[in-house]
Amino acid sequence: MSAAAPTWTAERPIVELHDVHKSFGTVEVLRGVSFSMMKGEVICVIGPSGSGKSTLIRCINALVPINRGSIRVEGQEVNDPALDKLALRRKVGMVFQQYNLFPHKTALQNIMMAPLHVLKQDRREVEERARLLIRKVRLDGKEDSYPGELSGGQQQRVAIARSLAMRPQVMLFDEVTAALDPETVKEVLNTIRELAEEGMTCILVTHEMGFAREIAGHIYFTDRGVIVEHGPPAEFFASPKDERTRQFLSQIL
Amino acid sequence: MNAVAEFFRNLYEATGLNFTVFYDPYDRDRYLRGVWTTIYLSVVSIGLSIVIGGVGAWLQGSPVALLRRLVNGFVVVFRNTPPLVQIFFFYFGLGTLLPASFDASGLRQPLLNNVQWAIISLSLFAGAFNVEIFRSGIEAVPRTTVEAAEALGYTRLGAYLFIVLPLALRVCLPSLNNNLVNLLKTTTLAYAIAVPETLYAMKQIWSESQNVPEMMSVLLATYIALVGLLVWIMHRWERALAIPGYGR
Repeated sequence: MSAAAPTWTAERPIVELHDVHKSFGTVEVLRGVSFSMMKGEVICVIGPSGSGKSTLIRCINALVPINRGSIRVEGQEVNDPALDKLALRRKVGMVFQQYNLFPHKTALQNIMMAPLHVLKQDRREVEERARLLIRKVRLDGKEDSYPGELSGGQQQRVAIARSLAMRPQVMLFDEVTAALDPETVKEVLNTIRELAEEGMTCILVTHEMGFAREIAGHIYFTDRGVIVEHGPPAEFFASPKDERTRQFLSQIL
Repeated sequence: MNAVAEFFRNLYEATGLNFTVFYDPYDRDRYLRGVWTTIYLSVVSIGLSIVIGGVGAWLQGSPVALLRRLVNGFVVVFRNTPPLVQIFFFYFGLGTLLPASFDASGLRQPLLNNVQWAIISLSLFAGAFNVEIFRSGIEAVPRTTVEAAEALGYTRLGAYLFIVLPLALRVCLPSLNNNLVNLLKTTTLAYAIAVPETLYAMKQIWSESQNVPEMMSVLLATYIALVGLLVWIMHRWERALAIPGYGR
């Protein structure tokens, strides 16, 4: 619906934030965040708790409305009262810390629901795609299991498949391994790594520094609602410039 | 059937216990029609009250303040007034205000008859409670689950129909169960506007045959059986909706 939408081409940033401000009541959570990324890039947002990381990525698919600034996804302005949220959310998939699967539906049904209900696609075609996705996240044989019968890592992989079933252009990962047992973290990270290698544009909020270093093309460090420092991982982890970054990394590494 | 009739006729002759509904075809017919009317009233009112509850609870979550206030007003009015008064209000109050036609002999033919008014009144009465019951279930659905639906592009209505309501229903089934049992028993109030349900039929039978204690025990047994059937169906439903690995 945005005037810029039809003219977007892959030479321009796929996600573009400019001076984004967000307050909850009197608490300023985001105080002017700007960045941009190209299609196929993978970025990681790290930072202490309460620094606004989760809010930041929730703004990108309009789960959280912003107070000021601009967010564009494929040229479409998200901070627009006339925003077509469905069109935006088709482009931007999201995976949550708590998986948030629909507990009354099987793994396969979880993956099929949105394409059937939201996109009104053909059931046979959707089911075929869902079965491929189940295989892709290595959960063959778990099609008919309910979320309550799956481990955390398995649920999270179903959640990733559910999001991919909408064929998004960008994937948002909100601390997706934070609630998992250490043994199951790896299986979820492997799934994300494969996605990144296939060229999916990914924004990850994460505490997994090793994974961030390995997978991200660019790291953003946020603290108190602003991006304090950013750079390619090699540079960012080897020689952080800002005092706050150094302090954070020394505590966590 | 004949053996049963024979037994009760002998019982009457031997002991004076007069169960006319089991041997007299006329009384039996009245009784069975009464039971059938009770079932009809109950099934239709249960269905409508669940729809009212589901729609009302949906409107309660509306971003439009006026709609929310209207639903809350409806709940207050129908929960805070006696159901018998509500039935009288509809039948004698609203019923006479609505346009009516007159038949060939000049008798007033109201737009809605007493059975229809009873259904409307009972559905609204139980529906008001169902709104609150569904709301308690909806509040138990984690906000994050709704957020996941929104992130997948579901509209508010889509998320409600496919995710929130099915989950809320599982939480609130025990209280819904209670309310529907009450609704079934409340159908006896339709007696007051001469709907020929079980109580009304029994009243006619015992006035004519002078067998109040006998008919009273049949009446109570009938309701025990009807409510038992309803509870059995509700428990089957509860079991059918149980999710493996979720809840208990």
